[in-house]
Amino acid sequence: MPEHETAGQHGSPAREVGDFLRRRREQVAQRWADTPLFRTVFTVSRDEAVEAGKAVIEALAAVASAGRVEDTEADGFTVVREQLTRTAAARSRAGAGSAQVSNEVDALRPPVVDLLVADLSQSSAEHVRECATAATVLMGTLRLVVMESALNEGRALIDRQRMELLETATPVIKLWDGIVAVPLIGTLDSARSQVVMETLLESVVDQHARFAILDITGVPTVDSLVAQHLMKTVAAARLMGAECIVSGIRPAIAQTIVHLGLDLGTVVTRASLADALAYALDQQGSGIVDPVSRGAVAR
Amino acid sequence: MQTVGCVDARLPIHSDMDLVWVRQHVRQTAAQLGFGLVEQTKLVTAASELARNTLVHGGGGEVEATVLRNGHAPGLRLAFIDEGPGIADLERALSDGYTSGDGLGMGLGGARRLVHEFAVDSSPGNGTTVTVTSWTVRPPRHREEH
Repeated sequence: MPEHETAGQHGSPAREVGDFLRRRREQVAQRWADTPLFRTVFTVSRDEAVEAGKAVIEALAAVASAGRVEDTEADGFTVVREQLTRTAAARSRAGAGSAQVSNEVDALRPPVVDLLVADLSQSSAEHVRECATAATVLMGTLRLVVMESALNEGRALIDRQRMELLETATPVIKLWDGIVAVPLIGTLDSARSQVVMETLLESVVDQHARFAILDITGVPTVDSLVAQHLMKTVAAARLMGAECIVSGIRPAIAQTIVHLGLDLGTVVTRASLADALAYALDQQGSGIVDPVSRGAVAR
Repeated sequence: MQTVGCVDARLPIHSDMDLVWVRQHVRQTAAQLGFGLVEQTKLVTAASELARNTLVHGGGGEVEATVLRNGHAPGLRLAFIDEGPGIADLERALSDGYTSGDGLGMGLGGARRLVHEFAVDSSPGNGTTVTVTSWTVRPPRHREEH
């Protein structure tokens, strides 16, 4: 092979690695296709794995040729970043931990270094060592890029889910003509209670509701801030002509509220949502008739 | 005769998300130690109040959780530590309805009523440490007047 003789005589180790990767793209990709990382992600066909491997090798070659083997922000990575993220995401969905994914990426290194050393058998030991080091550093950088992409993906997912939670956690349900209910679930922080108040007040207008039931069965902790949010919501609804009923107060929560010294005396409270509905119906003057006890036809 | 264990957990308090962590950790630990549902809820609520004080008034800090054994029953000690401005008038801060922020002013005094033992170490400029302890079985001699 005359080409690798010339390549071995000049150029930095990083460039040399870049040239090697381009030259041996096919062989490296074939070997990668058998590693756990590629085998488990590209289960449909081996060709797919080889193609994906080639794209990554192409990117690594570009990074090496630019002499930026240690730079995770190197331009070369941009092209494959999405692919790497998807690969890492697929592995973690399959139950692999970060350490395992990291090790699987590391398993891509030996094939590269072995082939490189074999290719440079004619060069001086010093040169081989330098090139092997450059390749190792480059593969370490790839590992970092994969882990970084996976982490960023995770963070983006969490942000998206937090936004979704804000949106979906507060459905306002129409229980009866003029009666709406909001089942509150989870932690009532300032942002969420603001959303609750807004959606509740809007539905009071839309549904011409005279009664609004706030059910806190799904709220694990009622501290003074949560109580303050509740009371503000109750006061705002009252200004719009709707009476608020807080339901779903569990025994432990009730005792805690008393010890905490919170005064919910101005708020109508009921133990369960059913009690709250019965109270609201009663106040409205409508009631539910039990057909069995009346012995009559249903309603 | 109570043996003080080493600190079992140290959680940061720097954001609203951290408050959720603190509550969950306290709830889990209390449940594992055998706290009843009411005592669990009281301790978690106290932790929520105090952690929020650490965040809002102390500018963030951390909580140290220690499991205690006093011979017959396990207990949980929580120390909320910040390096904020400190509390100038402790008597007033503990009184219901007094607030330096826009809260209800029930946090500190309310938390004191929710736990078995309560101590504040604070002086202006030196930060604040609030230490609370609850036992799964309330020791009669430790009873506080309300």
